[in-house]
Amino acid sequence: MKAAKKTEKILMAGNEAIAEAAFQAGCFFYAGYPITPQNELIAYMSYRLPEAGRVFVQAESELAAINMVFGASAAGVRAMTSSSSPGVSLKQEGISYLAGARLPAVIVNIMRGGPGLGNIAPSQSDYFQSTRGGGHGDYHCLVFAPAGVQEAFDLTVLAFDLADQYRVPAIILGDGMLGQMMEPVNTAVSVSRKTEKPWALTGCGNRPANVAKSFSLAEGALEKNNLILQETYCQIRKQEQRFETLLTDDAEIILVAYGTMARIAKAVVKQLRKEGKKIGLIRPISLWPFPDRAFSAAKKDKIFLVVEMSYGQMLEDVKLAINGRSRVEFLGRSGGGIPTEEEINSKIKALS
Amino acid sequence: MEKIFGRSESLRDVSTHYCPGCGHGIAHRLVAEIIDELGIRQKVIAIAPVGCAVIAYDYWDFDCCEAAHGRACAVATAIKRVRPQNIVFTYQGDGDLAAIGTNETIHAANRGENITVVFINNAIYGMTGGQLAPTTLIGQKASTAQKGRVAKEHGYPLKISEILASLPAVKYVERVSLHSPQEILKTKKALKQAFQNQIAGAGFSLVEILSPCATYWGMSPKAALDWIRDVLSKEFPLGRIK
Ligand SMILES: Cc1ncc(C[n+]2csc(CCOP(=O)(O)OP(=O)(O)O)c2C)c(N)n1
Repeated sequence: MKAAKKTEKILMAGNEAIAEAAFQAGCFFYAGYPITPQNELIAYMSYRLPEAGRVFVQAESELAAINMVFGASAAGVRAMTSSSSPGVSLKQEGISYLAGARLPAVIVNIMRGGPGLGNIAPSQSDYFQSTRGGGHGDYHCLVFAPAGVQEAFDLTVLAFDLADQYRVPAIILGDGMLGQMMEPVNTAVSVSRKTEKPWALTGCGNRPANVAKSFSLAEGALEKNNLILQETYCQIRKQEQRFETLLTDDAEIILVAYGTMARIAKAVVKQLRKEGKKIGLIRPISLWPFPDRAFSAAKKDKIFLVVEMSYGQMLEDVKLAINGRSRVEFLGRSGGGIPTEEEINSKIKALS
Repeated sequence: MEKIFGRSESLRDVSTHYCPGCGHGIAHRLVAEIIDELGIRQKVIAIAPVGCAVIAYDYWDFDCCEAAHGRACAVATAIKRVRPQNIVFTYQGDGDLAAIGTNETIHAANRGENITVVFINNAIYGMTGGQLAPTTLIGQKASTAQKGRVAKEHGYPLKISEILASLPAVKYVERVSLHSPQEILKTKKALKQAFQNQIAGAGFSLVEILSPCATYWGMSPKAALDWIRDVLSKEFPLGRIK
């Protein structure tokens, strides 16, 4: 697919929309290694970036790719890599280094079934890995979970902006369904912000030398760096919680779902509302920071039903946010199984 | 009085953490001298490894980047591609370059990345306490091969430079040593060549430097230098490989 002219809506697959959004956001460097179901993304970058005099490298592995992104980011440009679950596992050491060195980057994970080689079916079982840091050390990445192709585009641009602003890695967390699904996209809606990078490695010229590193050997130095990270995460928790609510005000049962799963949950809410049932939906858009705020109205007479394509990972964050104020129930499948509208319906019936 | 020798501008005025008899300090100085002589300090970006030279950026006074253990050539690939006007080099030990990072090394070389690689071969893992390295000699003792390297169990010393030299996109490979003043001068010459190649846009250049690790060879500094001359350089012959 060729690049979109601004203002017009064009039909794009999720993988392509993420790639085009990265391009529009000024991504100058991309490195990746093929893996299904995100191959359209790497293919798109392979011609889109060089066309504009930017850099694409098909890396020899995901390890190489994420460390190339480390180098490009240290050199001051916007950099991205993409992969799917097994490949993202391989990137974890590199993501930890990015976090420690306070280097921005965007990492796309179009999740597939696990553990192990698993399968290529849509899945949400990398939630823990994405939101808890994933690699070693006390760190977090921003994590955004689009539920549609336009949102995948918009959140990718936002991910680049916020990664630069806070100097943290940002993850776009989708699944094979989102990656392959085609929807109309307006590529003009997002305007990207620029951040100065005085820390970048450009050659020292006449300024003092810059060093990009996560290593802090001197006594107390690592703790100091970690406290800077914590301070950053604290700000992010305050500023960057994102979520959508649907008909939650009077709802007795509130579904909680993100990404592809939220589309199915939304259909259930619409159908049951027609039948007069008081039901709503909370859709977390930022998974880290988790949108605790969305759950402020939790109280005794409400039931929250978390629905995931996993055996209960976001469930833990929902329970933490609700902190015992409401009953929390769960429905989940994984390994290629996707909770259907019927399954959600019968779970709801069993609750009430 | 005329000043005939001084500290390179590219070298900070600090003492290093290296053991007595270690070669890293000499190699750092040679790199710094070449960078000054070529007048490229302001546009150099170095990639420091994980290994004994992990804090090389505390000794060099130019822009430096960390790399995860073994990934220096991947980091360098990206920096050079993003900033082709800068001079980008990696500085790596044998474990870093030829064990955990073999993949990144071979593929950066095979792509002909226009970077310079300074490869410190001390035939041992220094930083972690003297374990078997890919370059450890047959019979040489290591903390993880206490009776010495055995071919049947550990394989043979890996000649990564010869492997790299076989790749069409590789421009220049030379093996040198730090065991005597003459050899140090040759090392400096080879390093200069490797940086000049990059300036000329010629492609991937690597200088392998046989470097003493008196501590984990269990020798005096002087004996370590002699061991390079009499033993190590017999297994890893000095001279231009490509
Ligand atoms: C992923 C990972 N594995 C292992 C280590 C531990 N480690 C640090 S340096 C090193 C070996 C270094 O040996 P070499 O590259 O030969 O350099 P030298 O220290 O001898 O200069 C190892 C195994 C690490 N830091 N990261």
